[in-house]
Amino acid sequence: MVTGTAEILELLDRAIDHSEADQTEALVLARDSALTRFATNQIHQNVREHDADLQVRVIVGERVGVAATNRLDEPGVREVVQRATAIAERSAPNPRVAVLPEPDGHEHDPDLGYVPATAEAGAQVRAEGARAVIAAGEAAGLQTSGSFSTSTMTIAVVNSHGIRTHHRSTRAALLTVMMDGFESGAASGYAQAGATDVRDLNAGALGAEAAAKGDRMRGAGELEPGEYEVILEEYAVAGLMEYLSYIGFSGLAHEEGRSFMELGRRVMGQNVAIWDDGADPSGLPAPIDFEGVVRQRVDLVRDGIANAVVHDAATGARAGTGSTGHGLPAPNLIGPMALNLFVAPGDTPREDLVAGVERGVWVTRFHYINPVHPKKAILTGMTKDGTFLIEHGQLTRPLLNFRFTQSVPEAFSDVRAASRETKLLPGEFFGAARTPALHLGSFNFTGVTAAEGPG
Amino acid sequence: MKDLIERALDAATHGGATYADVRVQKRDTEQLTVKNGALEAATSSVTAGFGVRVLVDGAWGFSSSSLLEPGEADRIAAEALEIARASSIARRAPVELDDTAPATDTYRTPHDEDPFGVALDEKLRILMEADARMAAVPGVAIREGTITGGRERKTFASSAGAWIEQEIVEAGGGIEATAVNDSEMQQRSYPNSFGGQVVAGGFEAVRALALAEHAQETAELAVALLDAPQCPSGEMDLVLDATQVALQVHESCGHPTELDRVFGTEASFAGTSFLTTDKLNTLRYGSEIVSIDADATAAGGLGTFGYDDEGVPAQNVPLIERGLLVGYLTSRETAPRIGRRSMGSARAYSWSHIPLIRMTNINLRPGDAGSLDDLIADTREGIFMSVNKSWSIDDRRLNFQFGDQAGWLIRNGKRTQLVKNPTYTGITPRFWGSCDAICGPDEWTLWGLPNCGKGEPVQTGHVGHGAAPARFRGVSVGVGRW
Repeated sequence: MVTGTAEILELLDRAIDHSEADQTEALVLARDSALTRFATNQIHQNVREHDADLQVRVIVGERVGVAATNRLDEPGVREVVQRATAIAERSAPNPRVAVLPEPDGHEHDPDLGYVPATAEAGAQVRAEGARAVIAAGEAAGLQTSGSFSTSTMTIAVVNSHGIRTHHRSTRAALLTVMMDGFESGAASGYAQAGATDVRDLNAGALGAEAAAKGDRMRGAGELEPGEYEVILEEYAVAGLMEYLSYIGFSGLAHEEGRSFMELGRRVMGQNVAIWDDGADPSGLPAPIDFEGVVRQRVDLVRDGIANAVVHDAATGARAGTGSTGHGLPAPNLIGPMALNLFVAPGDTPREDLVAGVERGVWVTRFHYINPVHPKKAILTGMTKDGTFLIEHGQLTRPLLNFRFTQSVPEAFSDVRAASRETKLLPGEFFGAARTPALHLGSFNFTGVTAAEGPG
Repeated sequence: MKDLIERALDAATHGGATYADVRVQKRDTEQLTVKNGALEAATSSVTAGFGVRVLVDGAWGFSSSSLLEPGEADRIAAEALEIARASSIARRAPVELDDTAPATDTYRTPHDEDPFGVALDEKLRILMEADARMAAVPGVAIREGTITGGRERKTFASSAGAWIEQEIVEAGGGIEATAVNDSEMQQRSYPNSFGGQVVAGGFEAVRALALAEHAQETAELAVALLDAPQCPSGEMDLVLDATQVALQVHESCGHPTELDRVFGTEASFAGTSFLTTDKLNTLRYGSEIVSIDADATAAGGLGTFGYDDEGVPAQNVPLIERGLLVGYLTSRETAPRIGRRSMGSARAYSWSHIPLIRMTNINLRPGDAGSLDDLIADTREGIFMSVNKSWSIDDRRLNFQFGDQAGWLIRNGKRTQLVKNPTYTGITPRFWGSCDAICGPDEWTLWGLPNCGKGEPVQTGHVGHGAAPARFRGVSVGVGRW
């Protein structure tokens, strides 16, 4: 198992040396990750993984081949280079993707976001955290489930143009769902946090937040679906951002006319700013991409105007902008991706947001979001783990969960307030976002889960 | 490898495990994608490693490594033991496994043509031919075709004496055309969206798709959708094609019958289930014509294997019988809690993952409504929807919404106006209760779904769904504001 940075770079150098192709890129992704899961007030799954992949991309003329392996001894390195070369030699030319980035002189901190305490955290640390969360749930009479993970990730890239770079980071994430049963209308609460330093996660406080929410959700009742003012908690905003990034912020989606991001045009309210910054230590830093390019800050939406999209080497070359450092491992069919999102906070104290709503809905988070119409950024999904009616600036009663079907840019065209405070939240599937809670003028709820019986 | 496995089992049992199992697994995958007449991606990946799962004082521990060396077996077994002991900090009831007998056996996916034996040139020829035919249709902005192949070799051994060697072979492919204008992006895929059709089998399955023969109609429909009117809103009778019925089965029957979800152990991520165990043999899940089986023995299914990843033999068991809930997908840990033995659906995505309850092939039995044309002819007024493009369902698997690539209004038994962005929504038992016609065996296909996410860390499951077109009465369609 390779673990040290010098050892990984030496391995990558050997891969480049073994290649006789015109251009070669070697990428190592090494991870040491552990996750403790708990449910029904006990730990039920507890796992650890040690793995490292070597991926080699070779370009022969305009022919590209990619091969990957996790066998990292000398025969393994030679074999993967040969396999990538064999694919390239047999494949068809494609100048569109036969592009490797060149060194651009930008520098980064190779240990930004690496915290030894997280890297060294063992099963005991995670189990103690789980126990603290469970205790909070039990005190409220709720069934507690969740997960507590710690991981170390090393990314290193060497290519034949002279890129030779690496970065290592740590990540700790804790989330919990607390429920009082599985029937329709059962109470449930939620809390989540992420950090580079496991010591920054306060399991007891997180448990208390979810327990308070779950307790308040008891006795949820129905509200007619329709358009309502909403307060979206940070969890809900981050969920929407993750999908907006997936369908809209990519240079490839923009190039192919699939994105709502029509550059230079107003797509959201003037008070909305969204950017991506892999080097901001207040996020979960990832200062280089999977092609070894230093990530630039990209102001995606500025003053409500679609300002820029993110690029990898191939889309950046075609767009004439160059890479912004947002490449995924090759070959990349979905295009570059913004993985370190920030939504601009406002100046309203979070606790005062609700005061501005005469009648509306408080949404803690969304579940199972999916695009309905990517070009209009219409998403659907369910509310979950804390949905409340707001009347006269107060939360008055818990509500059964709604389904929404809503264009996100349309909803973000009427942001009435944003909280001063923000939360850093790891993505459900990828990346992370630091967002405020938002007060939106209108949000379209198209259904409600009221009953399950036939007929 | 035998040394490594025996050493890991020895280390685990001598270290205090009351039960241990080891899986050594190697997965080879190949993918070829042609986009707009050029080879966009050609990849070959290999991942190999082993995982050790132990029970200590009734609590689980698991660790895994890509280093396939005997010395690593000791280290990983010790780490799994340490993790299991940490688990007991927050343990209530000890894990108890069912009495499945340990097996010694081998299994290999039957296939004619090894997907890894087919030359890249030949795969490229198939994709390029389909691409050229899509390119001949004016107005197509993006053309894409993919061929995939997979081979997984794994050995499972347990401290109880099981030793099972399996080789699973997979192959698949599909094409997709995208048309774009200022306000719309419309896609049409063949034979299914999200990569097409994938089976457990050989390259003969890819050849049988005849991608080029369907390329022109696929591209033409994508272009036609750009100018089609928006799907109307309201309640109407809904006819779904087999691909969409397959996904409906996946989301609203497959997932809620997973017994780990029912017991709440997936609550923090994937969710729970409305099919609680008090409803077993009492809940009317669907109409009398709705019968659904979990069949890990079906030929060609992505959920077909010899043994699951706990060493339980593949089986065919009913989940829904004539509309009644009669079964669950189970594991050795969960099945005893409902007085049963595991039906063999504990599956792990790779060597670095623990087995979770996953679908096998969850198949809706064919009905007697004849062909799709017969079914549409039997529908006075309604809408026909085909090939999924969007899906979402709540955490208990009750409130769902699907969007399809294309819809056609049905008037007086005829497929008429093409409509774009068709969607429908419903509540699971009400929806299946409204099912009044299912097409016959000639329309039934076992679809592969290679992208089912579940668990933390997320595992991508390969599962199958046999389905035929079906009709549902009085469904809410055309959801949202357009």
